[in-house]
Amino acid sequence: MNLSNGMGSMSTASSSGAWKSADVVSDQFPAGLRVLVVDDDPTCLMILEKMLRTCLYEVTKCNRAEIALKLLRENKNGFDIVISDVHMPDMDGFKLLERVGLEMDLPVIMMSADDGKSVVMKGVTHGACDYLIKPVRIEALKNIWQHVVRKKKNEWKEVEQSGSVEEGDRQPKPSDDADYSSSANEGTWKNSKRRKDEEEEADERDDSSTLKKPRVVWSVELHQQFVGAVNQLGIDKAVPKKILELMNVPGLTRENVASHLQKYRLYLRRLSGVSQHPSNLNNSFLSPQEASFGAMSSLNGLDLQTLAVTGQLPAQSLATLQAGLGRSTAKSGMPMPLVDQRNLFSFENPKLRFAEGQQHLSSSKPMNLLHGIPTNMEAKQLANLHQSAQSLGGVNMQVNAHGVQNSALLMQMSQPQSRGQILNETSGTHVPRLSSSMGQPILSNGIPSGVLGRNGIADNGRGAGYNPVQQNSSMLNFPLNNSSELPGNNFTLGSTPGMSSLTSKGAFPEDANCEIKRSSGFAPSYDIFNELHHHKSNDWDLQNVGLTFDASQHTNTMHGSLDSSVLVHQGFSSSQRSAPSRNPSTVGKAMFSIGEGTHHVNVQNNGQHLNSLIVDNTVRVKAERVPDASSQTSYFHEQFGQEDLMSALLKQQQEGIGATENEFDFDGYSLDNIPV
Amino acid sequence: MDKNQRQVRLMRQSLFDQGFLDEQFIQLEELQDDANPNFVEEIATSYYQDSSRSLQTIELALEKTPHDFNKLDGYMHQFKGSSSSIGAKKVKAECQQFREYCKAGNGEGCMRTFQALKREHATLKKRLEAYFQLARQAGPIETARRPK
Repeated sequence: MNLSNGMGSMSTASSSGAWKSADVVSDQFPAGLRVLVVDDDPTCLMILEKMLRTCLYEVTKCNRAEIALKLLRENKNGFDIVISDVHMPDMDGFKLLERVGLEMDLPVIMMSADDGKSVVMKGVTHGACDYLIKPVRIEALKNIWQHVVRKKKNEWKEVEQSGSVEEGDRQPKPSDDADYSSSANEGTWKNSKRRKDEEEEADERDDSSTLKKPRVVWSVELHQQFVGAVNQLGIDKAVPKKILELMNVPGLTRENVASHLQKYRLYLRRLSGVSQHPSNLNNSFLSPQEASFGAMSSLNGLDLQTLAVTGQLPAQSLATLQAGLGRSTAKSGMPMPLVDQRNLFSFENPKLRFAEGQQHLSSSKPMNLLHGIPTNMEAKQLANLHQSAQSLGGVNMQVNAHGVQNSALLMQMSQPQSRGQILNETSGTHVPRLSSSMGQPILSNGIPSGVLGRNGIADNGRGAGYNPVQQNSSMLNFPLNNSSELPGNNFTLGSTPGMSSLTSKGAFPEDANCEIKRSSGFAPSYDIFNELHHHKSNDWDLQNVGLTFDASQHTNTMHGSLDSSVLVHQGFSSSQRSAPSRNPSTVGKAMFSIGEGTHHVNVQNNGQHLNSLIVDNTVRVKAERVPDASSQTSYFHEQFGQEDLMSALLKQQQEGIGATENEFDFDGYSLDNIPV
Repeated sequence: MDKNQRQVRLMRQSLFDQGFLDEQFIQLEELQDDANPNFVEEIATSYYQDSSRSLQTIELALEKTPHDFNKLDGYMHQFKGSSSSIGAKKVKAECQQFREYCKAGNGEGCMRTFQALKREHATLKKRLEAYFQLARQAGPIETARRPK
């Protein structure tokens, strides 16, 4: 690693290797954080490198800004954060800062022996996420990971925001009953039509680099084209679609442009001395669309479906949501993608998702997430979700309001917080919240399942402890990080949340589960549930939400599709959750019962329960279910007043399902087990 | 502790007491571990190689008149940064003084300060060399470490 000059491939290689397995690494977050340090002073460079290594980060050093840029461009997603000196002979540090921000959107820390106010201010206006005064002490370096997490979280939000705009295009894939029902295992999930598309996109990703979705690298030329297009349209009138048309770059998607536009606007604001981050993230996220997305993610698939099913969710929105959610539900058209996207954009490719999540974790590429999303489908999904969410109403909790009555209820249940949470997922602030939020958004809006999914995933991760996302990559939002359950926690943020939970839980068949988990879309409802369960402490409103979906879904056409998905999710979620307490299994069970074909039936039967449950909180069901997880159940119960209903429902389910103690009762989601 | 070790300890302590080194040097010491048993010495060596070059550059720039204070200030800023990173307290103080004169446009002051800076730089080098040499002879000893 001693890159004295420029970066040798080795350092890059070695540094990128850090996040090979997000699962493994994520557990040790922030260890393994991939840092690129740029300073023309060799002595300082040596000292910084040693300090960073002592912090257990993966360090790549570089003494020239140009070389640093080259390294960054060649290895997108190869780094999580950049530390750069201000005064360098070949390029001004601030210039490098801008470039990195525009092209790779990585957090950049500036350093200098100069502590003058004006210089520090310059750092702020140019977008540096921190400014260190030399000589740098190791204590100052220990916490730089926070910038990675924060950025990821914000990116999530941005993505969601931009994604929502685009929604509408997504057509929900025809629900594939077969997929859902039998494929509890990943197989089916993936097959969702939506998924396929997304997966294809995902496949393009470079798996070796931690399964990240391919990010669009905004080269100088591309950016100039972009700027040209923007100027031509007029900064106020510049909308992604038109910009895209003007640019006429093959392979560039509207989402890419949208997220880049957002950054560009930020950059312009910075230049003009105003640096406001359009974060609406937390709040804005919650903005109906976004919030829903966020929340949706967790709920993803399931929620959407449920929402759709209940008829509350306009079919179209449902579709969009689903699309956004991550296709998890492909069937019902509920896009789970959101979930995935968030977390890992997992829906598209479970593995991608995870990868992403992991990637994100490792590379904390805030960009990635965003980019990834847009490119893959997440963006679209998000967009869809947003739309759906929108239709639903304000996402945040609005989702409920949107129209989906059930969902509304659910959403409500999930609580507006969930919205924030969902959104927060990225922020990772509330792990528990996410759950709750997850539940909600999904419900009402059918919000991008992705959103829910995310939450779901997040939840999974959270399970017991929310380590959540917050730490890791806010982007990932999903509990992945949170919970200890997630293996990679920190990084699992988006991607792996599902996975992690799944994998960690083990209960879920990796394949199937992973997908589900990951994408959070899978069991948006499940996730929610799981999370709920897991987090007992959390108010996983989502739980309720999840349940409600099921119920509602059953009533509607969703049955087929949703059920499976629901079940699956549940199964997964439960499995995931199981970690903390059996709950997951129970939850899963409940889910199953709901989902399974009979679900409809059952649902119907219990329907009343369910319906009531659903209305109240889908989550309740979860609560009920978890007989095993005493903790969970209790948790749920506390959470959801309606637990009773749910439990009743669950019980029915359970009985049918049998003890699904194991994490995945789903066993590959054989719905057969589910007693009708 | 044997005689050599005691001597090393004393030498080290006097470097701090006499103001040659500051807290940052301790940071470097703390980074030294089994993987890098001579880390501090390596850093000091690297610093001296690099800083000698810098000093020559500044010297040449000072000989040009009229003085380009901006440029001189820039050089000194860099120099100050690297000196502070190894904890060279007195050298750093001279750097600061030099920059003040640059800002004031005081060429004479700059030149005087520069001479003082070179002296401090050389003195520290000798002291550190002696210290490291003795430290190597004495073998690994417990240097004062801050409780973590």
